[in-house]
Amino acid sequence: MGDEHRNWPERLHVVTGKGGTGKSTVAAALALGLAAGGRRTLLVEVEGRQGIAQLFGLQPLPYSERRVAATTGGGEVRALAVDPEEALLEYLDMFYKLGAAGRALRKVGAIDFATTIAPGLRDVLLTGKVKEATTRSKDGGRVYDAVVLDAPPTGRVGRFLNVTEETARLVKVGPIKTQSEGVASLLRSPMTAVHVVTLLEEMPVQETLDAIAELTALKIPVGRVVVNGARPPLLAGGKVTKAEIKRGLTAAGLTAAPATVNQLAAEAQAHLTRRELEESLRLELAELGRPMVELPLLPDGVDRAALDDLAALLMRA
Amino acid sequence: MVAELTAPRLDVDGLLADPAIRIVVCCGAGGVGKTTTAAALGLRAAEVHGRRTVVLTIDPARRLAQSMGLTELDNTPRQVKGIDVDSSGGELYAMMLDMKRTFDEVVEQHTTPGRAAEIFGNPFYQAMSSTFAGTQEYMAMEKLGQLRAGDQWDLIVVDTPPSRSALDFLDAPARLSRFLDGRMLRLLLAPARGGRSVFSLVTASFGLFSKAVQKILGAQLLTDLSGFVAALDSMFGGFRQRADQTYRILQDPQTAFLLVAAPERDAIREAAYFAERLVEERMPLAGLVLNRMHQTEPAGLDAAESEAAADRLTADGDQQITADVLRIHAGLLRQSERETTVAAEFTRAFPSVPATAIAAQPADVHDVDGLRTIGTLIA
Repeated sequence: MGDEHRNWPERLHVVTGKGGTGKSTVAAALALGLAAGGRRTLLVEVEGRQGIAQLFGLQPLPYSERRVAATTGGGEVRALAVDPEEALLEYLDMFYKLGAAGRALRKVGAIDFATTIAPGLRDVLLTGKVKEATTRSKDGGRVYDAVVLDAPPTGRVGRFLNVTEETARLVKVGPIKTQSEGVASLLRSPMTAVHVVTLLEEMPVQETLDAIAELTALKIPVGRVVVNGARPPLLAGGKVTKAEIKRGLTAAGLTAAPATVNQLAAEAQAHLTRRELEESLRLELAELGRPMVELPLLPDGVDRAALDDLAALLMRA
Repeated sequence: MVAELTAPRLDVDGLLADPAIRIVVCCGAGGVGKTTTAAALGLRAAEVHGRRTVVLTIDPARRLAQSMGLTELDNTPRQVKGIDVDSSGGELYAMMLDMKRTFDEVVEQHTTPGRAAEIFGNPFYQAMSSTFAGTQEYMAMEKLGQLRAGDQWDLIVVDTPPSRSALDFLDAPARLSRFLDGRMLRLLLAPARGGRSVFSLVTASFGLFSKAVQKILGAQLLTDLSGFVAALDSMFGGFRQRADQTYRILQDPQTAFLLVAAPERDAIREAAYFAERLVEERMPLAGLVLNRMHQTEPAGLDAAESEAAADRLTADGDQQITADVLRIHAGLLRQSERETTVAAEFTRAFPSVPATAIAAQPADVHDVDGLRTIGTLIA
């Protein structure tokens, strides 16, 4: 037991990717995989999309950590949808025991203000909550064996994770600065890995390359490149002729009508064009020299069984 | 051909040719091909319908931007060269939104040079103008308002920002307005206005409040913030008025909203949310563009037959190539069927919203020819 997680030693896994690449699905599968064998993981979302609830077929999640899935050996995945307002109030309560003043702040719209206008503050609160969960201990042990963060998409992830830079411009001293420094040092430690999810399509691959360059420059550790929606390697030989299709159809006991043969040949050709592009994109990603993992296309949508399959694939990779 | 849609057919050419339509807004979830669609619509409006068109893009992929001759963030529309407008007499311009510069321009327009310099130097402004959640959306609206007010374009095609939610585009101006009108801001302003608190009723909680703010944020930040707020105060009216104006333009029949979606569950769900909002806000929803639909026809072989035949060939160990070809065919048929089902979910919720489908292209679009192909498919 425990052995199946040896390929994913970090404690905080940040999952990003271009919109539409399936990063939330990958984050959920990773949380499931890491919870196998009696462990406990926390899956966190920060963008108010309620994507976790949708994936697990649940009602929208409140701002509290609750079990969304049980795994083997008595393990479990808990989930949390972090709301910046709630996080701010919780933070104020924890550090300042504000009580009535906290409520007054909300009354005059200060919470709305603080979480909307003060740039970076919102992100410090969100990442601060993630840090708190990652490092939380109880009875001398960590509460969570791993925390998986379904992070903002590639275009915004650098800014989101680079909290100190953003807040340092505004806050030179005080507890918020301390808080953001704490978050920054966790994010730059070997405890953290940022995984980037992509499809074998041009724009997601370009954004993956850009995001990895940005994260590297920020000294935030990059983990895996997850190629999602990979198609089975059909027509690996890369060539097909109509004569061949005709022979094959006949061999299969079908009528090789010209319309059928033409249609099949055109589809095969489009497939080859697509495959060639995918190959060159795969090569571009490989040149990054980062560990890569491929997950198959799930044509019938994502349910718990599919998530478990993806989880198993991830853990083996 | 593309699988049959159950929705009424969206007449894109009719829309692009209609001189009464001055603004087309492309909106939808991230990663569905909004920018490509916007660019293709702009190209077709210029080449086929002879309109003087500008495409406002927010964050285009590099190669797509290059295909329109855009190489850097640039708030000036640039003419797209190498397109075929000889017979139509149209023109195509494109620009990429520079959020920071647009914000600076708004500030300059609404205040004195001295005040503007003060605002530009404030750390809060520097942070807000480049990172404020919603600034990009607000500035896209602002730029749209400017382009429309200039009245030198027959048609403005807008690509909305890649928001966490497509709705942010509609909400950002209202949020900014609300913020600028907020009690919080007035509380902070009260001392700057000479100590006369607007909120005499809450002076008790103000003491508590400022103490709390000082404790959390520190005095230096509070000074910067009230400086920023005081400076902004002079422009409040202008800000709000502009946001309201743009909002009204969006409700006007001169605007057409096109929802862009890929035939995937999440994207369709997002499109449905957005359609609901547009209806609620009385904004003119022209139709749904379904991107990347997979096209195929059985051609005498349905999916089950193809799969069974492929399995037979694989078992024989011969004719592996045809087996693969049959699997590709079956996969396409099933995918096309799934996509049609997903698209029908939208139409069930909004039966009167017309739709059009664009066949998936084997390779990504990043030149004018590719955009022209998309334009032909869409119309």
